[in-house]
Amino acid sequence: MITAISYAFLQEYWWAIISLLGSLLVFLMFVQGGQSLLYTIGKTEMQRTMLVNTLGRKWEFTFTTLVTFGGAFFASFPLFYATSFGGAYWVWILILFSFILQAVSYEFRSKPANLLGSRVYEIFLIINGLMGTILIGTAVGTFFNGAQFSLNEFNQVHWQTDTRGLEAVLNIHNVSLGLSVFFLTRVLALLYFNNSVDEAEIAERTKKHLWINAVLFLVFFLFFLVVLLVKEGFAVQSETGIVALEKYKYLHNLLEMPLVLVLFLSGVVLVLYGMARDLFRKPGKGIWFAGTGTVLTVFSLFLIAGYNHTCFYPSVFDLQSSLHIRNSSSSEFTLTVMSWVSLLVPFVIAYIWYAWRSINNKKIDRKEMEAGGHKY
Amino acid sequence: MFESIDFSLVDWSRAQFALTAMYHWLFVPLTLGTTFIIAIMETIYVKTGKPEWKKMTKFWMTLFGINFAIGVATGIILEFEFGTNWSNYSWFVGDIFGAPLAIEGIMAFFLESTFIAVMFFGWNKVSPKFHLLSSWLVAIGANLSALWILVANAWMQSPVGTTFNPETARNEMTSFWEVLFSPVAINKFLHTITSGFVLSALFVIGISAWFLLRRRHVVLARKSILVAAIFGVVSSLALIGTGDGSAKQVAKLQPMKLAAMEGLYNGSEGVGLIAIGAFKSTSAEQNEKLKDLAFKIEIPKFLSFLAYGKWNAFVPGVNDLINGNPERGILPVAEKMKRGKQAIEKLSAYKDARNANDENLSASLLSELTDPAYQENYFRYLGYGHIQDSNFLIPNIPLVFYSFHLMVALGFLFVLIFILSLWWVIKGKLETKRWFLYTALFMIPLAYLASELGWVVAELGRQPWVIQDLMPTTTAVSRISTTSVQITFGLFAVIFTTLLLAEVKIMLKQIKIGPKDEGGKQS
Repeated sequence: MITAISYAFLQEYWWAIISLLGSLLVFLMFVQGGQSLLYTIGKTEMQRTMLVNTLGRKWEFTFTTLVTFGGAFFASFPLFYATSFGGAYWVWILILFSFILQAVSYEFRSKPANLLGSRVYEIFLIINGLMGTILIGTAVGTFFNGAQFSLNEFNQVHWQTDTRGLEAVLNIHNVSLGLSVFFLTRVLALLYFNNSVDEAEIAERTKKHLWINAVLFLVFFLFFLVVLLVKEGFAVQSETGIVALEKYKYLHNLLEMPLVLVLFLSGVVLVLYGMARDLFRKPGKGIWFAGTGTVLTVFSLFLIAGYNHTCFYPSVFDLQSSLHIRNSSSSEFTLTVMSWVSLLVPFVIAYIWYAWRSINNKKIDRKEMEAGGHKY
Repeated sequence: MFESIDFSLVDWSRAQFALTAMYHWLFVPLTLGTTFIIAIMETIYVKTGKPEWKKMTKFWMTLFGINFAIGVATGIILEFEFGTNWSNYSWFVGDIFGAPLAIEGIMAFFLESTFIAVMFFGWNKVSPKFHLLSSWLVAIGANLSALWILVANAWMQSPVGTTFNPETARNEMTSFWEVLFSPVAINKFLHTITSGFVLSALFVIGISAWFLLRRRHVVLARKSILVAAIFGVVSSLALIGTGDGSAKQVAKLQPMKLAAMEGLYNGSEGVGLIAIGAFKSTSAEQNEKLKDLAFKIEIPKFLSFLAYGKWNAFVPGVNDLINGNPERGILPVAEKMKRGKQAIEKLSAYKDARNANDENLSASLLSELTDPAYQENYFRYLGYGHIQDSNFLIPNIPLVFYSFHLMVALGFLFVLIFILSLWWVIKGKLETKRWFLYTALFMIPLAYLASELGWVVAELGRQPWVIQDLMPTTTAVSRISTTSVQITFGLFAVIFTTLLLAEVKIMLKQIKIGPKDEGGKQS
């Protein structure tokens, strides 16, 4: 079956897988959003414990999705992996650093004799909540705005700035995406709290902060979107492989790929509906609409970054060094092998869904926290 | 082909990767084995319904959870350091190396991370059988994770199932099955996971021994020792078997590593296995003078037999491998360097011809480059073309030698510990052997030491190669400022050490608290 498929299709298929993993990662970063709200929503020790525990049962999904996202990028588009990670060194190191802090904080926080004290681990979680979301969003912003690198004839990267990727924060469009991701993950976290925590005070505070974060998300996202649709994009000519700037490239991509446009608009509507549902109706189910909407929106943004003859990792220093799905992918053989493996993805999603429901079939409450079972 | 790289950058990048890997490997082996021990204990609980087995399962699960989190934290850094610090390598091998890494994520990490939540939080939320299944799936997921990364590591030690593509200047996979089922990969996987099983069994026995010494949780301790000792006997015998298999592969594919492991400078027929040996000089002097060990006690002809299955087989030493041995068909390194340089020049000429749009010349050079005879006689020495000094190809022999011998000695000691533990626990005499209980407790740090030494042998023994014969560390490294790597090295050293101290402190406290009854009360 797969052996009969063309190399070009495989490259597109794997860009779709990367896009799917990226979009799932943004959704699952509600864990990071929730961590950043620890002291905003949890005013007492017990409330913070409830929040940490409801997030803690999901943190490994986010973490694993991040690892798989990185692994899949390495496997399918290794030139991006080598270029971005080896070039934008400091951005990735800071992101990773924040994830080290997260991984131990859940398990260590409530354990006696934990060396640093519970509060330090909570601060670690907040650091990860802030840095993880804003920096990942800002780094993805370079997919649309480019980075300062060149590649030699052996595809070795030469980064052109001493700040090694940190210069991305000087671009307001990158930062607006970073802040959009930050506030979106906070919105998703608040919706998740509504869905999974049974505590009146938390519910009250959640509603108030949902308003604030939803408005801030919309401001930054609209700014990002408007600029994206009117800006020049990095187009690659399919016959020659030459990269050139094209006006309204990303708007053209949306219009020239109607299915992606439909997915994008559906995603945005679902995010808005999810927020509105918890704000104006009985809170609890909004996470599923906003979560699905997030996946669809981010998925379509990744698609317009990589499809339709577009460079997904442009170089503003040397346009011809820009990466697109044709010049940065693994070989046809490797993509074929991995495509067979990717058939397992629905099965993986199915068992995650089953396990998620098994654990979340009852909301977390004080009683459970006081019961003495395993807790974070 | 590749620009010259500042050695201090390579050294710091290696140091950072080694730091991360060694910290990571402090936590992974315990995960590999305790997950199975926990699953076995829970199976007994589900079968018998006896609450003490549930209590036991939960106690070891608590210790596993503390250890697991920090293993995850160090693991993510390792994955991304391939890109951040070894970007040239990432491109060169991404087509092969990336696939196992992605499969690891899809098949193993999700299995582990999904069911670990059920394992910890599902006791009263899912049926006992589903909970048990989750525990087994965590054990399988953890060990599957190890499979894929070890397949990738094995490929670096013995590149198979791939071909070099001059067009893209990288290695590309031609047979997934050859990569997955290479004998090196199979041995490496089995040897590594069984080493984790052994460490875990010693961990369980050591802590249980401490309970017996303190006369606390006696029933739990006895039963835990019984399970762990059986698990340990089986695992340690498998560990020795797979170790032998690994050494045979090293003899065949990485003779310099074997020479370093055995401190063998001058090869001969019927070489003895060093039981005890010592060097007189430092590593640098040793590499310069290429002299044999200052003192040794050996088992005659045994190395020849173990490595090649013949008592009189020839085993090459460092001198043979560096200076060549025409009688044995071993090329001198100088010749390999010449051929490697020629391959690099031809590749550069091909790239120039392509850039100049000289189709005739580029087609002719491409044809030469892809010719099987040229690949076999020249391209296989590509990595040697980057080497300036043949001494660079000699690893730190004293370090590899001592690490290997200490690791092997400890491995045999562990077998003895398991057999004695099992014998005395079955006979009901373990509590009377207080000296043995202290010894068992002392085995915990030794198990960690042996485990780390294994990686020292595997990775330092193959220096300077990132990919055997194809890519040395000097060409694999990312071009970052040395200062940046020094800063991140310091950053990681501080954070990993702090978290390790926290982990040990938490673990000791939990051991002191001991197993809890239902409802979380200390029993």
